Amino acid sequence: MAQLTCSGLTLGYEGQAVLRELSFTVHAGDYLCIVGENGSGKSTLMKTVLGLMKPLSGQIEWGEGLHANEIGYLPQQTVVQKDFPATVREIVLSGCQGRAGKRPFYSREEKRLARENMERMGVTQFARRCYRNLSGGQQQRVLLARALCATQKLLLLDEPVSGLDPMVTAEMYDLIARLHQEGVTVIMISHDIAAAVRYATHILHVGQHVFFGTAEAYRQTEMARRFLPGPDAAGKTQEEEKKHRKKKDKKKGKKKEKKRAEGKGTAGKGGEDE
Amino acid sequence: MFRTIEMYLKVPFVQYALIVGVLIALCSSLLGVTLVLKRFSFIGDGLSHVAFGAMAVAGVLQPLLKDVVKELAKGPTILNEGIHGAITGVVTFLSANSMPFVLLATTLSAILLLRGGKRTRIKGDAAIAMISVGALALGYMLLSLFSASTNLSGDVCSTLFGSTSILTLTQAEVWLCVSLSAVVAVIFFLFYNKIFAVTFDEDFARASGTGVDAYNLLIAVVIAVIIVLAMNLVGSLLISALIIFPAMSAMRVFRSFRGVTVCSAVFSVTCALLGILVSIVFSTPVGSTIVAVDIVGFLIFSVIGRIRGGIAK
Repeated sequence: MAQLTCSGLTLGYEGQAVLRELSFTVHAGDYLCIVGENGSGKSTLMKTVLGLMKPLSGQIEWGEGLHANEIGYLPQQTVVQKDFPATVREIVLSGCQGRAGKRPFYSREEKRLARENMERMGVTQFARRCYRNLSGGQQQRVLLARALCATQKLLLLDEPVSGLDPMVTAEMYDLIARLHQEGVTVIMISHDIAAAVRYATHILHVGQHVFFGTAEAYRQTEMARRFLPGPDAAGKTQEEEKKHRKKKDKKKGKKKEKKRAEGKGTAGKGGEDE
Repeated sequence: MFRTIEMYLKVPFVQYALIVGVLIALCSSLLGVTLVLKRFSFIGDGLSHVAFGAMAVAGVLQPLLKDVVKELAKGPTILNEGIHGAITGVVTFLSANSMPFVLLATTLSAILLLRGGKRTRIKGDAAIAMISVGALALGYMLLSLFSASTNLSGDVCSTLFGSTSILTLTQAEVWLCVSLSAVVAVIFFLFYNKIFAVTFDEDFARASGTGVDAYNLLIAVVIAVIIVLAMNLVGSLLISALIIFPAMSAMRVFRSFRGVTVCSAVFSVTCALLGILVSIVFSTPVGSTIVAVDIVGFLIFSVIGRIRGGIAK
């Protein structure tokens, strides 16, 4: 029995399908990267898995004692959060919300959990600092600590490195890899295929061609070759990776323009992956 | 001057005004933080206009209901006496109090607006503007068509900008206000952590199994209650000031959610107290005086925030 089994999922907004007949499974200890172009339905998929929206058809099943509300979610930053007056501690503690259920206040146990996770993510020294005054990388670590308060088993990360500089991006990837080694299942949405292939155990590529399998198998596919410079992607230097990413961004820009020109804007809010 | 204030403080209606004023200021500031942070500042404004429209409709309905009461007083016809008595009671109450009707209309609009605002931002904005202007226009039209009063513009002015009605509160109204505010304060206290979670990150809260929709509904209802309460104090145009100013001022200075909440409550209560006292001593309109004090407070807090921010950075 897998932790998460999706079978025959068709996703979309208001009857318009973005993704069709998608099936994949996630086992405990997996590190699944979901990659794909803008508007291919990555965020829609994540929202559906989280239960924020309903699939048009198909099924999502949770197993191995995992419940739908035991997922640690790291969302993309919203406008509201940019100038939100809240201390790091308050935010991390709010990750225990699902645990607390109908109870109005947090228990001592939950406060301890929040402290531990702040320690784990190295944000304890900011506990009393205001969230909006932290740097991008620090903010992500705070949100990761909050996500860890909600789960011990499964993390869902929505583009955790978008908007971070290369150094902090590498740190973030290492942090996630460490959590994965500690036994947390990771599902991550990413644009960064090179990093995805390097860290993940499994890849789900959505879009016109759908691929689901191990990272090793993905590397051999036609799709991966288009994005990766050589077969040995893991051996790349940071410099090359940066260049590569720039190129990819350019490509993405063109694609977006083309789409707009065709008058086929991405469907709904979920399409905006940036 | 202190003599004068001391003298006034002994008068029951001044005491009532102070009690009610403080409670309304407290409630509106508590929810104000959430509204401002959720980018819903304008909902307070829109709802207050809806409340104005509802008040006008209630004003039209009340004479009709009074006629019904007269009819009912002639005695039971078809129905048995118990039901007749109950209906008479309800109709009499409704014909004398516009509060239940206004509360209902405002609550419904609050739910509609908060629902709509969630989907798409621009649509939500436009919806608020439409409802707010529509209710204002229709309300004024109804008032001018059906009002029995000879001083129409005076009536409208006092509904919009707050009348001296806070100084003419009856004991029953004071109790109603006290109990409603107590309910609001208790709800806020009990759900403080949920409200924080829902305000900071709705998606995360939903993903971790918090009933976000239920809490949004709760927030909508509570806001409607506060607005209807506050209408007595500052009038429907100035309600948004009571909601927004304390939160914005507190956000200049404090950096934690708890700090901002507590500070905005203290700020709001202080300003309301000062405003009422000033308005009594200098016989200025209560609502606008409170807002004026709020503005001054906001400026002071901005300066403090600048200075502190400069040092902290």
